[in-house]
Amino acid sequence: MAVEITSPQFKQNTRDALKDAPLQRALGKVREGFIHKRQVAIDALPEFDALRDSARDIKNHTLAHLDLYLEAYEEKVTEAGGHVHWAETAADARGIILDICRRVDARTVTKGKSMITEEIGLNDFLEQCGVTPVETDLGEYIIQLRGEHPSHIIAPAIHVNKDQVESDFRRVHDHLPANRDLSEPETLLDEARRVLRSKYFEADVGITGANFLVAETGTSIIVTNEGNGDLTQTLPRIHIVVASLEKIVPTLDDVSQILRVLARSATGQEMSVYTTLSTGPRRDKDPDGPDEYHVVLLDNGRSAMLGTQFQDMLRCIRCGACMNHCPVYHTVGGHAYGWVYPGPMGAVLTPSLIGIDKAGHLPNASTFCGRCEEVCPMRIPLPKMMRHWREREFERGINPATQRVGLGLWAFLARRPALYAFAMSIAIPALSLFGGAKRRYRYLPLAGGWTRYRDLPAPESRTFMQQWKQREALKQEARP
Amino acid sequence: MSDKPSPKVGLFVTCLVDLFRPTVGFAAIKLMEDAGCIVDVPRAQTCCGQPAYNSGDRADTRAIAENTIAAFEDFDYVVAPSGSCASMLKNHYPSLFAGDAGWQARAEAFSARVFELVSFLTDVLGVKKVDATYEGTITYHDSCSGLRELGIKAQPRLLLQTVGGTRIVEMGESDACCGFGGTFSVKYPEISNEIVGRKTENIGDTAADTLLAGDLGCLMNMAGKLKRQGATTQVRHVAEVLAGMTDTPPIGGSD
Amino acid sequence: MSARDAILGRMRRQLGGAATDGERRAAVKQRLSKHPMGIIPGRAQIGHAKQVKMFIERAESVQATVKRVASPDDVPKAVSAYLRARNLPASVRMGSDPLLKAMPWAAAKSLEVKAGPSDGNDLAGVSHAYAGIAETGTLVLTSGPANPTTINLLPDHHFVVIDAADITGDLEAVMAKLRKTSRKGPLPRTVNLVSGPSRSADIEQTLILGAHGPRALHIIVVGNSK
Repeated sequence: MAVEITSPQFKQNTRDALKDAPLQRALGKVREGFIHKRQVAIDALPEFDALRDSARDIKNHTLAHLDLYLEAYEEKVTEAGGHVHWAETAADARGIILDICRRVDARTVTKGKSMITEEIGLNDFLEQCGVTPVETDLGEYIIQLRGEHPSHIIAPAIHVNKDQVESDFRRVHDHLPANRDLSEPETLLDEARRVLRSKYFEADVGITGANFLVAETGTSIIVTNEGNGDLTQTLPRIHIVVASLEKIVPTLDDVSQILRVLARSATGQEMSVYTTLSTGPRRDKDPDGPDEYHVVLLDNGRSAMLGTQFQDMLRCIRCGACMNHCPVYHTVGGHAYGWVYPGPMGAVLTPSLIGIDKAGHLPNASTFCGRCEEVCPMRIPLPKMMRHWREREFERGINPATQRVGLGLWAFLARRPALYAFAMSIAIPALSLFGGAKRRYRYLPLAGGWTRYRDLPAPESRTFMQQWKQREALKQEARP
Repeated sequence: MSDKPSPKVGLFVTCLVDLFRPTVGFAAIKLMEDAGCIVDVPRAQTCCGQPAYNSGDRADTRAIAENTIAAFEDFDYVVAPSGSCASMLKNHYPSLFAGDAGWQARAEAFSARVFELVSFLTDVLGVKKVDATYEGTITYHDSCSGLRELGIKAQPRLLLQTVGGTRIVEMGESDACCGFGGTFSVKYPEISNEIVGRKTENIGDTAADTLLAGDLGCLMNMAGKLKRQGATTQVRHVAEVLAGMTDTPPIGGSD
Repeated sequence: MSARDAILGRMRRQLGGAATDGERRAAVKQRLSKHPMGIIPGRAQIGHAKQVKMFIERAESVQATVKRVASPDDVPKAVSAYLRARNLPASVRMGSDPLLKAMPWAAAKSLEVKAGPSDGNDLAGVSHAYAGIAETGTLVLTSGPANPTTINLLPDHHFVVIDAADITGDLEAVMAKLRKTSRKGPLPRTVNLVSGPSRSADIEQTLILGAHGPRALHIIVVGNSK
């Protein structure tokens, strides 16, 4: 029911990704686009780094009091006429949502962009239960038509090229004239706009995620550019917000701080086009808006992260800056990570949610270049937490045997300087000698991982320590 | 400097320099001696421990760290010709001893004395120029740990500008990872290869004849890829050029 | 045990803080009631006339168009001129907002004014903004019969009238105003913070205006600064 997990096949996934020419073309644009736009936006705000500190501190305070803020939030939602539902697991959340849909006899559900509904595999489930989910964010709509999952948390269809969208639209929108022009992104967007307009009106239920839940006022907030989330939560009779429980922020002032770093980090905008605060259902005299407002609060493993080495991950606001700057993400894209959350944030969060036994590759597939932490608006120490996952793996002995043996042998020597120096004084001059006039190896036994793609530079000569020892000895002799 | 006693520096050679590129160690000694330091090399050193640390093996990492800290306790400064190893010693060692007050204090005192070579020359010793010439067009790669954990970016460029005969051209994305990542390069060779491929493309676009960086791991990775692609770029550690010690063949050979 | 109790119980165990812990409760109560202010960027901490100017510049930088008029009486003319210039039907939709109602719409020749929420068949809608934020050129619109939310979203062309006096420097100033307005009850069902017309970059990262919301956002700033 939930999203299929292919994280254990990470290596095969990456090989497939490298061979996927359209994907590679699309990934080139990630490197060009997001990085530059973010830089321009933060250069224009001298207080950016101070705001990052402020945002981090707000979230740290919130997480330390998360139980109490959730209680306060629930009280305010209820006061405003809304309903809060608590879900321990993905299945619980799906059940709660289905119950609401069944009670109102819902046939169609429109959806704003929500990673949490991806996490709980909501679309497949609703479909199997006879309710038709319609994604309305352009990127989400495209991948729904393609039967895929998002490959990026804010740009779900970033792996898809324009011509692929055109052929999907021709296939699915078969009621439209075959000779219509769909050659440009503009015409494609226009067609999606027209097709989806009627869906908002047909839908009985609108489901959105939430970027923030404000405890002070019982408000949920979505941050979007297209306006689809707003239509989704305004036109149907029922509005369901599905949010994980770490989305809580204490006050409207606190959320203002975090909003300043969110859009800048994500798309390089100062503010996204629509930042929408929703509090309860429509009021008596309101001419529009939903009659019912429900919030489904999902735990799904998060409460167990509190008080652990992974608590800081719960500060994440899902801006995507870490993946936009990640050399590994740039190379393999989001699907290779094998579950809902890709990139550095996924490499830390995914093992917490589906288990390190399944997601072991993810925190290992990092060069620790540190760029993710450098750009993270919430200052989450992502490399440090990936290392903590590697420690858990090591403790449990679930990393590959060849790795453990090699590392064990190396560590045995590295802990014994005299033995180490002796061993190297034999191995290195030999390795240097066989490097020949070219001073490099095209192939070396046991170094296949390296020499398959790169030459291995040969050692220059004897080890430094050998030469140093000799130099010191000569100095000694030279003394009277 | 003259009225102060000469600083006593312990060189942390780093395992890759020890095994693959001793010239870098001697270049580091020359640069520091020229700047008035007394340099020694403790024998009881092997590696900073990153292979174990980044593989989740804390026990071995800690044992190696204890060795290293003990070996360098008598020096005013501990200097490594690598941003990555220096950062391991400086930024990561203290965290290995959390909960062990005695060792943590030793690790922190040690950490305060650790520096990467080039930034040690400029920021601590106040070196503003070097006495060296190198005929060539140089491009410089910013290795990740040095750049992001130690803030090394301007320092090597500052000194390289004073080398006679050189011209520096910046490559695109000089601050992007080269794809080495220690054991990453052999655990995920396909990904590592793609990343270093983008790096060598940026290097090629500069038409520089020489590639420099401050970390031997990255240099061996980039040199290995450049040579496999048939490039004639000469790859050297920045210390070799700054010390004028460029008689040895470049990393991975010259053709 | 309910899911709620299980989740909250687990959190307390993980955090090592009891539900009855007075200190933790006091910290939460304090923050919620005092809502301490964070860092306010210096850029909009300027005189009001400059804030109005900054609001206009920032709104234009995110592809809104802006017109300044001296008095509310000038708004209908500005609306019809805009529609005429773009060859659009002379028809607008608006709610029961008193400021909008009091404007001389009849004087704008042949301009049809439809009342109530939008059903998706309107090409143009008019709203009266609750506030504007100079820092980012953002409009703040609140739901209710005066300004139905559907008007903010469904018409292709969205006119937003804002009194220059309602333009503030920063986001926090608007939050404070909302808090004051909603002293006795919840916030309005919907508060839209709108920065420019709707857009998408989901196809090959090409930015295109007019995704699902308005294709054009035309702001009419009424009057001068305070």
